[in-house]
Amino acid sequence: MIAIFLTVVLTENYVLCQFLGICPFLGVSKKLNTAVGMSVAVIFVMALATAATYPINKYLLVKNDLEYLQTIVFILVIAALVQFVEIILKKFIPSLYNALGIYLPLITTNCAVLGVVLLNVESGYNFAQSIVNSVGAGVGFLIAMVMFAGVRERLEGNDIPKALQGFPITLISASLVSLSFQGFSGIVENIFG
Amino acid sequence: MAEKKSLGKEFSKGIIRENPVLRLVLGTCPTLAVSVAVTNAIGMGIAATLVLVCSNVVISALRKIIPSKIRIPAYIVVIASFVTIVQMLVKAFVPALNDALGVYLPLIVVNCIILGRAEAYAGKNPVGASFFDGLGMGVGFTFALIVMATIREIIGSGTFLEGIDSLTALFGATSFTGFKLLENPIGVMVMAPGGFLVFGLVMALANKVAEGRGKPKAELKGCDACPMAHSCSLHGTEESCENKEKEESAS
Repeated sequence: MIAIFLTVVLTENYVLCQFLGICPFLGVSKKLNTAVGMSVAVIFVMALATAATYPINKYLLVKNDLEYLQTIVFILVIAALVQFVEIILKKFIPSLYNALGIYLPLITTNCAVLGVVLLNVESGYNFAQSIVNSVGAGVGFLIAMVMFAGVRERLEGNDIPKALQGFPITLISASLVSLSFQGFSGIVENIFG
Repeated sequence: MAEKKSLGKEFSKGIIRENPVLRLVLGTCPTLAVSVAVTNAIGMGIAATLVLVCSNVVISALRKIIPSKIRIPAYIVVIASFVTIVQMLVKAFVPALNDALGVYLPLIVVNCIILGRAEAYAGKNPVGASFFDGLGMGVGFTFALIVMATIREIIGSGTFLEGIDSLTALFGATSFTGFKLLENPIGVMVMAPGGFLVFGLVMALANKVAEGRGKPKAELKGCDACPMAHSCSLHGTEESCENKEKEESAS
């Protein structure tokens, strides 16, 4: 369990090593507080989506040999879930909605959420392992976002060649952050192996 | 506006002027993940183009029937159906590609390019124009993928078109299996950092070229900076991140 968690947070970080959820990583990481808000919403939705899709996959799709419908079913479940969470939060916990609400609609099309659900199925995790993996993926996302937001705040006001301004320099800094994460490779195997 | 443009222009704009990857910064995840080998890039490009063209046509044909309030879920259902079809085709005919693309094949569903084009173009324009818009964007996506994959494969693996026989086998040709170019490749280029680096440099080059022709470059500001703005239900409303940012800076 701990091995799964650490692997997905550090060595197989979804953003920096598996390229899932790059859009919000580049789009929302400009400021620290928005980066944290988005990441918390992602952790929340990932855990919920996994909890919802696991039984659907096991007891509906696999039982009836309908695995080929996974993509359609999962994306619809995620979309409906996000909408549902948004409505519930708006109605009952407005303070939380104000903090996370604006990030929720963006999460439906976040490939990290669909990615984590599909990868859970592919890896053959059981329910508890799936949840741990999802939360870990979300925490990894949070770490990547927070680190990168820090890097980007440093970038502002620097004198950057014109062609590199904007996305190109952002991507190059992402490359360096990702390079540092490569240093974690093998660490989990060494601790638990 | 669409009626005045020729269909050829609808097609060609996606390749360079509005290249989805390099200019609109859409679909970054698959671009980074798949561009480790040219064969994967070609396969992914064809798969995404197929989905893009088919979903653009269907969404455009249904644009008067789909109520605007539930249009995003409706688009997602259409796109997901085509992705599933493409997924089954790839599994059946090019299993090697299916293994290479892995989870990124079903993830075409959430590729921002497809939903973005559905929302920004196909939902408002006639079927013919949407077809060519989809085709142009698809070809532009494939083009960007191939450019990046060529750089990364040659430097990172020292090969070019490695494993292309899995694709050409469809046409009965299996003799050509790619070139071997470098003895000591720089492995980091096919890993995550190399992906970000090459993407950044290629985009800078595209900006430079476009700038030389007097075209504005991609700006990082408010909703325009957000690659998900097209599919964001708050885009353009008072609650959007853009306005939040403005409020914050004002206070």
